[in-house]
Amino acid sequence: MRARSKILLGLLVAASAHTLLAQGSALTVPKTVEAGAGFSIQCAGSGKATLYIIGTGQVLKREVQLGETTLFPAGSLYNAGRYLAVLAGGATGTGEFDVVPAHQPANLSFLARPSRLQVGLHDGITGAVYVFDAYENLITVPTQVSFELSGPSGIAQTRSATTRDGAAWTAMDSSAREGTDKFVARTGGIVSTRMIGQVPGDPCSLKMNARQSGQQLELETDPVRDCSGNAVPDGTIVTFTEAYNGDESTVDVPLKRGIAKVEMPAHPGAIITVASGVALGNQIRWGR
Amino acid sequence: MNKGRLLAAFLVVATAALVTAGTLWPVPSAAAYAGGAHLVHSSSTPEAAVENLGDAIRSQAWEKAYDSLANKAQFSEPEFMHDLTGEYPSLLTYTTLDKFEMQPLRATENDAEIRLKLYWATVVGASVSTRDVRAVRDGDQWKVDWPIAKEPVLPPQVIPVNYLRWDVIYRGPGDDWGVQDVEAPHVRIVDMHPVQRAEGVMILGELLNEDVVPAYVSVSATLLSKDKAPIASEDSFDKISHLLLPKQVTPFLISFPDVSLSDVGSVRMTPFSTLVPASADPVIEIDNQHLNPAPDASLTGQLVNQSGQVANVAHVLGTFYDKSGQVVWIADQYVDRALLPQTPVAFNIHIPEDLARKISTERAVVSTYSFGGFQ
Repeated sequence: MRARSKILLGLLVAASAHTLLAQGSALTVPKTVEAGAGFSIQCAGSGKATLYIIGTGQVLKREVQLGETTLFPAGSLYNAGRYLAVLAGGATGTGEFDVVPAHQPANLSFLARPSRLQVGLHDGITGAVYVFDAYENLITVPTQVSFELSGPSGIAQTRSATTRDGAAWTAMDSSAREGTDKFVARTGGIVSTRMIGQVPGDPCSLKMNARQSGQQLELETDPVRDCSGNAVPDGTIVTFTEAYNGDESTVDVPLKRGIAKVEMPAHPGAIITVASGVALGNQIRWGR
Repeated sequence: MNKGRLLAAFLVVATAALVTAGTLWPVPSAAAYAGGAHLVHSSSTPEAAVENLGDAIRSQAWEKAYDSLANKAQFSEPEFMHDLTGEYPSLLTYTTLDKFEMQPLRATENDAEIRLKLYWATVVGASVSTRDVRAVRDGDQWKVDWPIAKEPVLPPQVIPVNYLRWDVIYRGPGDDWGVQDVEAPHVRIVDMHPVQRAEGVMILGELLNEDVVPAYVSVSATLLSKDKAPIASEDSFDKISHLLLPKQVTPFLISFPDVSLSDVGSVRMTPFSTLVPASADPVIEIDNQHLNPAPDASLTGQLVNQSGQVANVAHVLGTFYDKSGQVVWIADQYVDRALLPQTPVAFNIHIPEDLARKISTERAVVSTYSFGGFQ
C-alpha cells in the first residue's frame, strides 16, 4: 500500500513537472506558510480537479472546484519544510512553497552540563538551548534567550544570547557555596529549568587529634572543610596511617557527620598521618 | 566385507574387555577423582597418613578425613570442616581442593612433622594455604594430629552502625531529551608508569575518585607503536579496586603479555567510571603492615573488620614505591576467610625478588564483597 502511494506520488510529480514545462501552472500558491496557520491556494480553470499537497511527512488531498480559492484551515500543515502542490484531474499544474516554523516559541530544549560540579570553577557550567514552536519545529530566526543561574545564597548570574540556526549557548561560573542551583533559560515567556548540584572541593585544612583510650588511640579529625569553607560531604574517605617500628597500619574511614573517627593501636613513638585524596593533613608523633 | 565384520567384532570384544578390567581393577587416582573408591594407601608411614588425609579432603570425604585423625576427640567433624573451608560464607565455601603437596620437616621414631600445602581452586584462581601437621605412630599405623584453628564464633549482639549509603535515581524513559542524567563520577589517573617485565609490559598506576559520590571504576590502556598504530588493548580486570568511595585512591595494573616496551611509542589510557549505589561500610583496618625483605619478599599484615557486618570476601591490593615515590609494583591477594567483626585475618602478598630491593614504601587498600552486593 505504501509502495503504491509512493509510485502514485512519483507519477504525479513527474506528470506535473512535465505539464508545467508544457503549458505553465494553473495554481497560485503562497510563497511561505507559517506552521499551523491557515492558507489558501487558487486553482485556475473550470470544472473539478484533485489537489495534492506533498511535503515532509505530510500529504493532503482535496477535491477542488477550479476557478475558486481553496481554503486550508489552521493546523492543516505543521511540519516545517518544502512543500509541493500538484493539481490533477480536470486541470493540471504545480507549485512550490515553504512551511516555516511559527514565530512564537512554545518549547525550549535546554541542555545544562554538568549536573554536578565542584564549587568555584570558572565557566564550569554550560547551557545550550534549542527553541521550538508549538509543532516542534526548530525556530531558525534569531531569537533572544536569557539564562539565569541562582543559588541558595540568592546571588544570580545572568547572561543573554541570540540563537543562531535555532540554538544559543552560554557558560557560567560555579559559585563558592555548595548547594543546588537553579539554571533557567527563558525566551518569549517560555521557561525551562535545570538543577545543578554544586559540591565542595578537596579538603583544605585536614587536622586530626589523638587521645589515648586504654590500649587504643582515638583519632578524630576536626570538621573537614574545603578551601571555600564548605563542609566536605559525608562518605568522603579519610586515610589514617600509623607508622611504628618499621610496620604500618592504615584505615580508610568515611566522614560521618563531617568528621572521621577511628581507633588504632597506641604504639609509643608511632607517627600518625592523615590524608584525603591528594590532600595531606597534619602529623602526630605519639609520645614514648 | 569379511574384514569389516572382523574389525567390528574385534572392537566389541576389546571394549568389553577394557570395561571389565576398568571395573575390576580401576586406576586408583581415577577412582579417587570419580568419588568412588578412594585412593587408599596403608598409613604405614607418616607421609602415607598425610597423603591419605589430603586425598580425603580433595574428595570432600569429610567423615573419612575426620575419622583418620589422631586428635579428633579435641574437636567435632563440623569444626574440622569449618577449619578448612570456613564457617561463614567465604572464598573457600564453593571451592574444591585441586592438589596438595607435602614437605617433611622432621621425623623421629614415633612422630613426624610434615608441611601440607593445600591448593584450593577458587573463582579468582588458586588459593594456597599451608599447615604444618604432626603425624604420630599408633601401633603399626600413623595418624595425623590436625592443628585445629577454631574459627571464632560471634556471640549474639547488637552492633550500632551509622549506616551511610548512596542510592541513585537515573534518568527515566519519559524524560525530555534535554534533561540531564546523573553525572558520572569524576575520576583522575594520578600516576601511570609502564615497566618491562619478563612476562611483557605492565602499566602501573593509581586512580583517584575526586568526586563526592561513589564510583565503579576500571582503566583500560592501548599500547601504540612509534608510528601511532595500536599494538594491543587490555584493561585492569581484577588488579584494581573497582568500587571507589569519594577521594579514595586505587592502584591498577594492566598486563600486556608478550609485548616489548621497546616497541611501544606511547600509551593511551582510558579511565571509566559510572555512578553506582554503594555503602561506606564495612570499614576495614589494615593492621601491622610489614615489608618482609628477600628472599621470599612479601607484604604481610592483618585485616580487622571495624564494622558489624561480615565481609565474605576481601581483596587486598598493595602498591609498592621506590625511594623517589615512583610506583614500582602492584600485587594483590584475595583473603580466603570471611572477615568477622573485630577479628584479625592475616594476609600475605608476594613481591617479586628482583623488585624487593627497590621497594622503599607501600600502601595497601582493601575492597570487600558481602553476600548481597558490593559493599
